[in-house]
Amino acid sequence: MKIGILALQGAVAEHIRMIEKAGGEGVSVKRPEQLRELQGIIIPGGESTTIGKLMRTYGFIDALREFHKQGNPVFGTCAGLIVIAKEIAGQPEAHLELMDIKVARNAFGRQRESFETDLEVKGIADDVRAVFIRAPLIEAVGAGVEVLSSYKGQIVAAQQGSLLATSFHPELTDDHRIHGYFLDMVKKAHQS
Amino acid sequence: METGTSRVKKGMAEMQKGGVIMDVMNAEQAKIAEAAGASAVMALERVPSDIRAAGGVARMADPTIVEEVMKVVSIPVMAKARIGHFVEAKILESMGVDYIDESEVLTPADEVFHINKKDFTVPFVCGARDLGEALRRIGEGASMIRTKGEPGTGNIVEAVRHMRMMMSQIRKVQGMSKDELMAEAKNLGAPYELLLQVHETGKLPVVNFAAGGVATPADAALMMHLGSDGVFVGSGIFKSDNPEKFAKAIVEATTHYTDYAHIAEISKNLGTPMKGIEISKLPAAERMQERGW
Repeated sequence: MKIGILALQGAVAEHIRMIEKAGGEGVSVKRPEQLRELQGIIIPGGESTTIGKLMRTYGFIDALREFHKQGNPVFGTCAGLIVIAKEIAGQPEAHLELMDIKVARNAFGRQRESFETDLEVKGIADDVRAVFIRAPLIEAVGAGVEVLSSYKGQIVAAQQGSLLATSFHPELTDDHRIHGYFLDMVKKAHQS
Repeated sequence: METGTSRVKKGMAEMQKGGVIMDVMNAEQAKIAEAAGASAVMALERVPSDIRAAGGVARMADPTIVEEVMKVVSIPVMAKARIGHFVEAKILESMGVDYIDESEVLTPADEVFHINKKDFTVPFVCGARDLGEALRRIGEGASMIRTKGEPGTGNIVEAVRHMRMMMSQIRKVQGMSKDELMAEAKNLGAPYELLLQVHETGKLPVVNFAAGGVATPADAALMMHLGSDGVFVGSGIFKSDNPEKFAKAIVEATTHYTDYAHIAEISKNLGTPMKGIEISKLPAAERMQERGW
């Protein structure tokens, strides 16, 4: 399984390390042409405004929509979650508009409010160490979206078919179970 | 639930990787930086080249400027405190600044001690010229390092010197046998445990950006080639002819630092970059990189 990590800005190497720990192959993606050789993609944490701008400049918006339409799974963490959302609270325009969720940016506050905690993530484990850094929240989900995890009653992880999203950073820990879960999604998507 | 953990503070710097952090002096410049794709901004009263020109004591910015910048952008906002001035740092932390730069660009407040950065929830970035200096700062709790270069000169030569020095020292430490490490720790003035980590992983334990002299897209790409995780651009943007275009071009060159044809394209008709200073013409007393110990 060859998984791309969108490498326009943000924490790319950490995702590559986790995908390889989970038994896949991780490659950094800087050009849309590279999508052809991939079975899935991760949009990493970073600054969503920066990543969104560079995606537009290099033609990634249409390319990634097409990539997903062809049945390839997409996983977004933190900024990546914002990038794949249909709606961003307080902003007229979203980015990829793939996942039927409404997200709020910097929902917990500024960096001093960033934190880590243990969370139950449905279908994965009840003790996932979750690192939240100036993290977004999922404010609302559409009918086809399954909530995988909540923190203090607010949604922080969700799945919609071949789309997976977390507000937190599984790549900053040594626990590769969420990446393993995503690899299983990719496997299934390419079996059928 | 824990805030201010080492992972949360270092993780914040990880999210900046591949990005450009730009110096801004007001809300309008902050908006230009964000629109150009900056991954964070550094709110300042004066950019380094103006500090250099003005002389006198340079201090933490007026909180009004920092607040004004925090209000208008959604990307992280950093601000500078003087070396050793933990009260300036506490003030910035209380305002909710996302990252503090304990910076040699400002006049040091303490000629012996740096701030005990472990005492803060907010993360710190510090300048370094070599591996020993970087590991001392990390030992004090810095969650991110940047090369010092020579701020406000628009001359990349010192940033290159510092990055090359750090990378060659890292390679040397990585290749040493374990029984040589304690002597090397003494030699570098570096905490042994951190040096051991460098030996085992072949890299600094935190993110390492380039700073101090980046003036063109090609400068930014050069620093990425030398092993930087990203770049700080101080005077380079708002002292150039066309800040908007310059800022955007530096962001793109940092992302696509190996794509030379693309860098050629975005470097066309950028206008004049900031006027640079030849380092040998700079009196020793005016070199900011010597500040910090």
